[in-house]
Amino acid sequence: MISLDVLLRQGSFTLEIRARFDARITALFGPSGAGKTTVLDTIAGLRRPSSGSIRLGSRVLYDSAAGIDLPPRHRHIGYVAQDVALFPHMSVERNVLYGRRAGQRLSLETVTTMLEIAPLLGRRVPQLSGGERQRVALARALMSAPELLLLDEPLTAVDVERRRRILPYLERVRDELRVPIIYVTHDVSEVRQLAEHVVVLENGRVIGEGPAGTALLS
Amino acid sequence: MEAWRITWFTVATALVATALMLPPGLALAWLLARGRFRGQVLLDTIVSLPLVMPPVATGLVLLGLFAPFGPVGRVLSRMGVDVVFTWKAVVVAMVVMGLPLLVRTARSGIEQVDRRFEAAAATLGAGPVRVFFTITLPLARPAVVAGAVLGFARALGEFGATVMIAGSIPGSTRTLAVGIYSLAETGRDREAFVLVGISAGIAFAALLGANWLIRPSGERA
Repeated sequence: MISLDVLLRQGSFTLEIRARFDARITALFGPSGAGKTTVLDTIAGLRRPSSGSIRLGSRVLYDSAAGIDLPPRHRHIGYVAQDVALFPHMSVERNVLYGRRAGQRLSLETVTTMLEIAPLLGRRVPQLSGGERQRVALARALMSAPELLLLDEPLTAVDVERRRRILPYLERVRDELRVPIIYVTHDVSEVRQLAEHVVVLENGRVIGEGPAGTALLS
Repeated sequence: MEAWRITWFTVATALVATALMLPPGLALAWLLARGRFRGQVLLDTIVSLPLVMPPVATGLVLLGLFAPFGPVGRVLSRMGVDVVFTWKAVVVAMVVMGLPLLVRTARSGIEQVDRRFEAAAATLGAGPVRVFFTITLPLARPAVVAGAVLGFARALGEFGATVMIAGSIPGSTRTLAVGIYSLAETGRDREAFVLVGISAGIAFAALLGANWLIRPSGERA
């Protein structure tokens, strides 16, 4: 379970969000410019809020009043950014193993089999297609044994056909690995297929939340 | 034979100087590219100062610092290390004069490394040192190589500061640049031109090598 109560000011944009995410997959839904990516950056520790607190389970990741601000490397959060940011100078295998933590319960074999990327391990990043990059980035994040997975519009960069092929992998991560996921999207069909809970964001504020597939989306 | 001894001495001291300027040079480049701290502009200015100061003035400052009664020289001579008018002084002058070129070039390379890669590495558990050595440095490699070569080339041609702190002692501190001046001054033009030819050849080879190293990997034959 992750709970957020943060205020972040950035130029003329203000993000003010108070929310709890305790479903297996929560979709963060809203138009572009609503602040969805900013929320993920804030949870991952890549952006510092002006004030507030962020908790993951019993751990405090950020608390302005107590002066706590864990650096990203100590947050144990897997983050697949929209542009995936695979390291271009490394092979796929080195990318996937980059964040492997000691005592990791997932083996490389499990992850590569589940995401069907074993044949790609020897390749270099520029040789991968958009869909392959998404799966490799997902594998890399999973190998870091995250307690929470943040996915920022993982399907926007891929065409409809590939999208249909990647969705089942995300379902497997959800069902087999049981890592809670916060999933940013502006696509209603993705929300319906994957998410259990939806938080709707607009202009930096939560304007509604509830179980996926409810009247909320209309 | 004298020409080859001077050449060997100059190349060896320039290589030592380049190796010595790399650790502080990369640390400074990273600090100036990625740091946000008070005094950053001041540090940038101090690092670049030897580029614009007359080299003989820099040499005189170094002589004051490293002379046996200077603040640095006193400490070193207590440890039994004499610097001025030895090969070590040649290296000191080369490091100080080459460092700004290395720092400025490497810095602009580090600034061009997309921060999203460093952010991704941080979320994967990497601390700042690991991020630097596994992400920033490899991605900034062309600029770092170019900076090191420029620093090396600057060290090869160093004259003003070297003459002040190391002199022109044949067989001991005489470098190519200092040798050219000393030979020309005593009317030995032909020998001076031999050293000029050697200097040009080494500089050409260094720049050619650097250009080859920093070419995109696909273009390497």
